[in-house]
Amino acid sequence: MSRKDTAHGLLVSPIRNGTVIDHITAGEALNVLRILGITGSTNECLSIATNVESRRLGKKDIVKIENRELRKEEVDLIALLAPQARINIIREYGVVEKKGVEIPHVIKGVVRCPNPGCITNTNEPVESTFEVLDKGLHCLYCDWLIKDDIANHII
Amino acid sequence: MYHIISIRDFEREDLDYLLDRAEVFETGRYPPGLLKDRLVALLFFEPSTRTRMSFAAALARLGGQSINVDSVEASSIVKGETLADTIRVVSGYVDAIVLRHPKEGAARLAAEFSSVPVINAGDGAGQHPSQTLLDLYTIRKSMPLDGIDAGLLGDLRYGRTAHSLALALSLYGVTLHTIAPTGLEMPVNIAVELRERGVEVVEHASVEEAIRELDVLYVTRIQRERFPDTASYYNVASSYRITTQLLEGVRDHLMILHPLPRAGEIDPAVDRTPYARYFEQARNGVPVRMALLHEVMR
Repeated sequence: MSRKDTAHGLLVSPIRNGTVIDHITAGEALNVLRILGITGSTNECLSIATNVESRRLGKKDIVKIENRELRKEEVDLIALLAPQARINIIREYGVVEKKGVEIPHVIKGVVRCPNPGCITNTNEPVESTFEVLDKGLHCLYCDWLIKDDIANHII
Repeated sequence: MYHIISIRDFEREDLDYLLDRAEVFETGRYPPGLLKDRLVALLFFEPSTRTRMSFAAALARLGGQSINVDSVEASSIVKGETLADTIRVVSGYVDAIVLRHPKEGAARLAAEFSSVPVINAGDGAGQHPSQTLLDLYTIRKSMPLDGIDAGLLGDLRYGRTAHSLALALSLYGVTLHTIAPTGLEMPVNIAVELRERGVEVVEHASVEEAIRELDVLYVTRIQRERFPDTASYYNVASSYRITTQLLEGVRDHLMILHPLPRAGEIDPAVDRTPYARYFEQARNGVPVRMALLHEVMR
């Protein structure tokens, strides 16, 4: 077994049921987990591999979540950070569904508006809401535009 | 239900329609008591003189009545009530709400929770659509809006009136001339949006350089509260001033507008020239707001 194969075997062992998120932009795996609301205090059984060699991307991250099948809305949020990500739904060690990610038109409650004067940064009962444009994320309340560094604004 | 929240929500036809309606109300060609028995809440959670009084005057001229919140201190906000709850409660009392609030996006939020139409009367550094409409109305009374050279002078970074006016004028194929002190230039995202809308934006280093090319000069105040100390404020505030000397050689029909209040950026001697149109502009707030109030409650 080659060195690469050894590493692959150690890092990407199969799961019985759940979701494998492959081809995540290298370095974004932890941000993908934040977008999915997975933190140190939630119960998911996770495997994370970062900077894995990839023929397509050069380097990539992989996240495996056992016993959880991601919903379409969750999957699409991943596209904000990792537009080339591929989602594999696993049941009984087999891939039952493969899908890419599509950038949603509107995202709610995922990204905090950087404008301190925005009404969504108060105790009002509303979620931050952004329209996803080519040039960035446009706050539908205060018109602020997040042009880059989206990961830093994830709630 | 028809809310008036942001100038971004309007197409050119909407603006033209509202300006036409304002003209009807200004010329008195409308039946009396159009909004008789209609009650409007003027919720002003931020200081305002002209906007609040012109909405109240507009409503009174249409036969309607208003109820007020005079200050944040006199409202349940001091007890920790959210704006959403205030709006849900007040919209049960009235036929429309006019809202001024310090937070950007407040009017959008209010529209989500209100059971009656909401008119944005200014939300923080965000939007002030009724001001923009009266600015457009004032220009249109003197010249067609299409293809004019309009100058925006002053605090173009934080000045919501300048942002909204620029976006509205973008629907009329204008050339925009921007003149701002260092650090107070038009935000990049607004400038990009204007160019995407096909507007030619020309940046000038000084008002002297631009003024002879203009049909309209829109002057804004430098907001003292944006500066860390008085010295740095005066340093920027004194970087431009409209005087009668500056007006030598300008186009005959140049109109100087200002959303008011002014704080020294226009010499009072300019008031006596035919170019000064800012008091007429303020007066136009009444027919424009009559048009808006009638539109949302008719």
